[in-house]
Amino acid sequence: MTWRSPLALVREALRGQRAREKDLRNLASNLPYEGLEKGKQPNRYFPGNAIKTTKYTLLLFIPMNLFEQFHRLANIYFVGLAILNFVPVVNAFQPEVALIPICVILCLTALKDAWEDFRRYQSDRKLNNTPCLIYSRKEKQFVERRWKDVRVGDFVRVVCNEIVPADLLLLHTSDPSGVCHIETSNLDGETNLKLRRTMSGLCISHPVFEPESFNSVVVCEKPNNNLNHFKCYAEKPDKEKVGAGIESLLLRGCTVRNTDHAVGFVVYAGHETKSMLNNNGPRYKRSKLERKLNINVFFCVILLFTMCLIGALGHFLWLQALPVVPPFLVPDSNGHLDSPSLSGFYMFFTMIILLQVLIPISLYVSIELVKIGQIFFITNDIDLYDEDTDSRVQCKALNITEDLGQIEYIFSDKTGTLTENKMVFRRCSIMGTEYPHKENAIRLAVLEEPESEEDIIFDHVPQPPNTRWSLDTEDTNPEDTQHHHGSWRKSKVAGTAQSNVAFSSPLETEVIPDRKLLQQISRAESSSSSSQKIDPYLDFFLALAICNTVVVSMATAQRQRTSESLHSRQTNNPLNTLSNLVKKPGSLHRIFTFWQRKPKRNRTISEDSVTEGDDFNPPVKTEEPGDINGLQTCSLYAPSQCNMPATTSDNLSYEAESPDEAALVYAAKAYGFTLLARTHDSVTVRLPSGEDLVFEVLDTLTFDPIRKRMSILVRHPITKKFVLYTKGADYAIMELLGTPYAEHLSGSQKNIAADTQHHLDCYAKEGLRTLCFTKKIVSDKMYESWLVNRRRALAAIDNREELVMDTAVQLETNLSLLGATGIEDRLQESVPDTIVALREAGIQVWVLTGDKPETAVNIGYACRLLEDEDLVINMSCKNKLTCTSILDCTLEEVRRYSEDPRNVDTTQDISLVIDGRTLTMALSSDLQDRFVDLAKRCRSVLCCRVTPLQKSRVVKVVREKLKVMTLAVGDGANDVNMIQAADIGIGISGQEGMQAVMASDFAISRFRHLKKLLLVHGHWCYTRLANMIIYFFYKNVAYVNLLFWYQFFCGFSGTAMIDYWLMIFFNLFFTSVPPIMFGIMDNDVSAEMLLGVPELYRMGQGAGAYKFSTFWVSMLDAFYQSLVCFFIPYLAYQDSDIDVFTFGTPLNTISLFTILLHLSIEIKAWTVIHWVIILGSVVLYFIVTLAYSGLCITCNPPSNPYWILQSQMADPMFYLICILTTVVALLPRYIFHVLRNSIAPSPLAQARHLDRLDPSTKSELIKEWRSFRGGGQVKRSRLSTPPSPTLETPVDIHLQSPISSDVMGDEFILNVITENYQRPLHT
Amino acid sequence: MMASSYNAKDEDGHITVSGPGGGGTLRGKKPENTAFKQQRLPAWQPILTAGTVLPAFFIIGLIFIPIGIGLYVTSNNIKEFEIDYTGVDMSSPCFNCSQNFSWNSTRPCTCTVPFYLEQPYESNVFMYYGLSNFYQNHRRYVKSRDDSQLNGNVDSLKEPSKECEPYAKHDGKPIAPCGAIANSMFNDTLELFYNDPNGTRVQIPLTNTGIAWWTDKHVKFRNPGGDSSNITASFQGTSKPVNWRKPVYELDTAADNNGFINEDFIVWMRTAALPTFRKLYRIINKTSSMVPTLPRGNYTLEVVYNYPVRSFEGRKRMILSTISWMGGKNPFLGIAYITVGSVCFFLGVVLLIIHHKCGNRSNSADISN
Repeated sequence: MTWRSPLALVREALRGQRAREKDLRNLASNLPYEGLEKGKQPNRYFPGNAIKTTKYTLLLFIPMNLFEQFHRLANIYFVGLAILNFVPVVNAFQPEVALIPICVILCLTALKDAWEDFRRYQSDRKLNNTPCLIYSRKEKQFVERRWKDVRVGDFVRVVCNEIVPADLLLLHTSDPSGVCHIETSNLDGETNLKLRRTMSGLCISHPVFEPESFNSVVVCEKPNNNLNHFKCYAEKPDKEKVGAGIESLLLRGCTVRNTDHAVGFVVYAGHETKSMLNNNGPRYKRSKLERKLNINVFFCVILLFTMCLIGALGHFLWLQALPVVPPFLVPDSNGHLDSPSLSGFYMFFTMIILLQVLIPISLYVSIELVKIGQIFFITNDIDLYDEDTDSRVQCKALNITEDLGQIEYIFSDKTGTLTENKMVFRRCSIMGTEYPHKENAIRLAVLEEPESEEDIIFDHVPQPPNTRWSLDTEDTNPEDTQHHHGSWRKSKVAGTAQSNVAFSSPLETEVIPDRKLLQQISRAESSSSSSQKIDPYLDFFLALAICNTVVVSMATAQRQRTSESLHSRQTNNPLNTLSNLVKKPGSLHRIFTFWQRKPKRNRTISEDSVTEGDDFNPPVKTEEPGDINGLQTCSLYAPSQCNMPATTSDNLSYEAESPDEAALVYAAKAYGFTLLARTHDSVTVRLPSGEDLVFEVLDTLTFDPIRKRMSILVRHPITKKFVLYTKGADYAIMELLGTPYAEHLSGSQKNIAADTQHHLDCYAKEGLRTLCFTKKIVSDKMYESWLVNRRRALAAIDNREELVMDTAVQLETNLSLLGATGIEDRLQESVPDTIVALREAGIQVWVLTGDKPETAVNIGYACRLLEDEDLVINMSCKNKLTCTSILDCTLEEVRRYSEDPRNVDTTQDISLVIDGRTLTMALSSDLQDRFVDLAKRCRSVLCCRVTPLQKSRVVKVVREKLKVMTLAVGDGANDVNMIQAADIGIGISGQEGMQAVMASDFAISRFRHLKKLLLVHGHWCYTRLANMIIYFFYKNVAYVNLLFWYQFFCGFSGTAMIDYWLMIFFNLFFTSVPPIMFGIMDNDVSAEMLLGVPELYRMGQGAGAYKFSTFWVSMLDAFYQSLVCFFIPYLAYQDSDIDVFTFGTPLNTISLFTILLHLSIEIKAWTVIHWVIILGSVVLYFIVTLAYSGLCITCNPPSNPYWILQSQMADPMFYLICILTTVVALLPRYIFHVLRNSIAPSPLAQARHLDRLDPSTKSELIKEWRSFRGGGQVKRSRLSTPPSPTLETPVDIHLQSPISSDVMGDEFILNVITENYQRPLHT
Repeated sequence: MMASSYNAKDEDGHITVSGPGGGGTLRGKKPENTAFKQQRLPAWQPILTAGTVLPAFFIIGLIFIPIGIGLYVTSNNIKEFEIDYTGVDMSSPCFNCSQNFSWNSTRPCTCTVPFYLEQPYESNVFMYYGLSNFYQNHRRYVKSRDDSQLNGNVDSLKEPSKECEPYAKHDGKPIAPCGAIANSMFNDTLELFYNDPNGTRVQIPLTNTGIAWWTDKHVKFRNPGGDSSNITASFQGTSKPVNWRKPVYELDTAADNNGFINEDFIVWMRTAALPTFRKLYRIINKTSSMVPTLPRGNYTLEVVYNYPVRSFEGRKRMILSTISWMGGKNPFLGIAYITVGSVCFFLGVVLLIIHHKCGNRSNSADISN
């Protein structure tokens, strides 16, 4: 290292600072500079890839850690007291001794921090030393280095299944089309593969990439933490700029999948990588209880000051009353005595030191410990464990467990939260014709049957044939049916076993085609193949198959992807592999039996479809090549003339970012339109005829929440036309419809649109999710002009998103409607039950959804958010004026309604349905109060078509206006705002990635877990912690007051009659563990009771167990007990020869007994642990004190504890005093508990009574209780699977016209209460 | 392999997502179904209701009342005689002595206080001196001593602890024993005479050993140098406390009761817990089983009045007391036990009534109420 002037160093440092701070960075390849000293490196200013997440260094640990720790107020309080104790005029104890508590606390915290930091250091080192491949110019190849050696400007090669070491700009991949798949589960938890492509036009894609030929300068933005956004361009030597975005960036921490190798240019390294910038520490929230606790601590401070003032004043008066200087007044070292007033002033501070324990500093430490324990028990609850995803409940926020017990409002997302978010294709409407897919519905209905025998051996359990679809199966082998039945169950298990593969379960993927539609297609196919015209039916399915971003991965790729885990899975669970083998034949076989059976029934019931059915049957039979195993038949037109034998459609597995897309692709597949492959510039689809069409993908206009649609622009391989397929939400599509499509059709576009809209409404009412599909033929000229705009937009570095979106909007006009689909999203298991329980628990449940009101209302009924007898208020208005008047009228009505004495006894409740637009108006500042007032009176509120921002706004408004505890639960990125706005955010780790989970405080995997989480754990955590805190306050006051009372007999001189060490030990060892155990383990009511009687949850709402009154009552009790504990020994030892510390010993012992027995009164359930800890504390007290007073002869002046306890324990008076005092001290509390439990037992006490009964009477009484209180019993009886159109009997399928009327069958009527805004929902 | 190495970061809580290897560790996260982890440990769940606690109250009552009676009787059997010799009243024999007081007065003032014992004292009689309003428990006072000096530490003898200030050194010489407690040691001399009905005055022998705690005398308090044979030499170079008349090595003539192990001194050094206290002064041992230790009759207390109490408006008393297993006379505990026992018994009756009235309700039938 050559010497450089300090000035140069400073200049260099400043330049580096500037380079890092600049908005744009210029990065060049390191290769030309390889081997040069650091000062010559072009990218020397940017940090290397070594990461350091440790907080401290070895040398600076102590100062830094102390600095950190003194940020806490409590520690400063301690230190202040210790310093105060060093001031000679005010000290109460030996100054050195006063340092002990603060030292103990600082040391323990420092040890914990050091251990955590060491762990971080270890993981850092492990990570930094992970091998990776960096290109070296010297060796002309990629050489193995460590992660920490990677620098900005290097070329790094990543092979399949390897983790990307830094943020890489993808330059080359093994894939000829320049794509690379990555899995980002390490970053955001999403397990689906994401596509990344090389920067186009930058590197000539040789088969072998030559890093040395890279001579462009990469200009990229300053590092930021947005995982989904990146901007950069590369400037070639000829000044040509090539733009790139996030689609070319491999993020550190991702895993490369399905790609042999990839080479990238390091743009950000180490701490500047996006994944590192996203690493925020754990979240810190302050719970409601803690906020109240702080108020009580404040009261304690006031109490302390009052007591100190009394002490100071008392000392002053006492001194004043002395006639001359008595021999017991000790002057200071020069023989000078302070004046009474000055002494009184000093005494104030002495008293603060003496009574410092009144402020429960150790309470904070204890609370932290208790919460750790509570979280341990929550995460270990087997009921909150989900088998399917192998996930427990995760507690991300460590300090708000008790808030779970105080929730008053729940805001829930719908999709994925209440529902499975496993989409099942249900119906479609093409060109205005509805295809209800009855058979599919039946199949799903059967599947929805509750699984009674979970662990059924799938071959030979005799089972009654399922009535619903084996009614007409006289000729089918009953064994067959059973076999299918078993295999379904099995396959369901198998499917979920590999849950990291999205939608692999046949349950979701299999679609049984509608016969009529199949027929229509085959007709269209035959006609179009001859006439070269494209039939709208074919177009519809092409759109279904093409217009998405589904990634096709082969079964082989799949295996590669999971290779690490494969062997363990095989060894662990051979049954799974077996069932995997079995499932496919089984499920396919089932389809065949279906087809074989169907015609029979048609004949017997014989309606209009008979002929069609007959028409339709022959192809089935002929096409089916007698292949019983049905190995390759997903479509009826099995690819017998398959030209790619390696890729039979069974090997395909689709990975979609959104479950809808996968469902649609599977639906298309069922009709023979199989998506075979997708690269970034082509899509291969196999047509029902077996022909493979390769569409050139010109552009993909990706989905965004503003447009609410996505499009794909392809070039048709046959017609060579540019075709734009768009799919999207109906309201986003309907207004873009242009001229009628396909003039060869007789019906006008208007009719198609109207019919489709009608179908859409019907779908929505069934609770289906709807999507519209459109097509547009783009002329060459138009495409050219658009392409120019598009390129410009893509290259832009400012406002790129808006520009890109504008171009998308430009193209998506004049669409022609093809049809619509209805996808079902089934309710999760026991959602209605959970919602009913939550409502009985006094929690208002709001559902906020982006769906249409019709869909939402239907789901609302299905999950029993709305009840039939409810009064449903529907609010939907266009402008603010009407909104205001509606709001006022409704409010008036509701008020009158609730005040009407006739309605007092009725169970009818009010529910509110409001749509997004009205919600915006209602939440405007002038209407807000009225809206909240109205919502407060409603039992449940359903908000439809709300945006993520509105969701969080609703939560905020309710939370702030009503001052209630709110909980938001959601699963998707759109719920993140809401989750963060609520007091408690709960993320459901579902199908839509992990954003919600990342933002949440608790993560669960099923909605039904909410029931136990809130009703049981919430209740427990809250009551435990609240009781523990109150007890802690009591304990400190009761103990410290002994010292205070003594001041009245020692001239307010600040004497402590208890040895200081024993005082420290008293708080540190003898009485610290029992309350912590109490806070972690006390079970006031069993989980069974809490679940059985949700009403018990109401105890925690509002103030609950932790009220100011409880606080003050326990304070009074503490005062009483300390009075008793002091004055009984005082009177007993009055005018005797007892000395100071011998007098203190029984006091200390009595306090210990009183405090522990007080806790024993509060403990509701005694387990072995309780006994051990309580008795252990007593034994520990005696052992430690005896040892201390046996060994300490001259130590710790002035107390000299030598032989004090021993002599006391030899005195019977000691025991007599202890027993009497303890009894007298605890008598009032004991009596209070007894009287309350006997005369007016709280519901909790009653529940405790029930708990002791035998199970059968208990359940009976629980039922009785529930029926009496909430009328829940009546409603409970109807609790069954949610009403769903799938439950229609098979018979009426064929009786009714396939269009609309049967769909409309379960139409609902809204009770709207005032005339002036009576509007049925579907108009 | 590498995937798992990256997942090592999970432990930081930064990235908490089950990695792609999730399939491999199938069911790996399933919590153990143990009674402890599922919070189903067998538990005793007492419910405090009138019915369940009834017996406890009666039992407490039944146990406490006899104990209380026993205590009360024992306390009443203790004979105690107390006489105030402060000399506040003009009529008091010690009035003169109390008026002209000074710590340093060389001429001792004596006064004689006559008294009459109405009952004979049978067993050993303990003679106490009592002080009132003397705050021996004042914080600064309690601290003002050097325990290691008293324990015979030679270094501390030469260099007393700072706690002893301002009674640590006098004229540059260390004070032994240092500190305010020692300095203010009670220095009245009390002597007891029995006025025989036949006119003779018999001095009652007072034992001045065995009045301190055994551990204090033998463990905590030690003369410097260890051996007490040449005690004067051990205290060479030290100064007596300013208020004392004579140095510490002249407290008694007996070698085993001199210096720091003088029992009067040890008793004084055990600072009293409350401002009104008594300290054991002498023991009058029972001589024979035939005659009472102190027969009924007239007595004279001769006081060498040294100790000034007017500065704190204190009182000095001499107490004669017999001792029982429960210490001195104090009826409080007995009364307290009887009271608490009766209250518990009464509460038991009240609860019995409550139990009969609400008992049925508090059970299962109450739920729908």
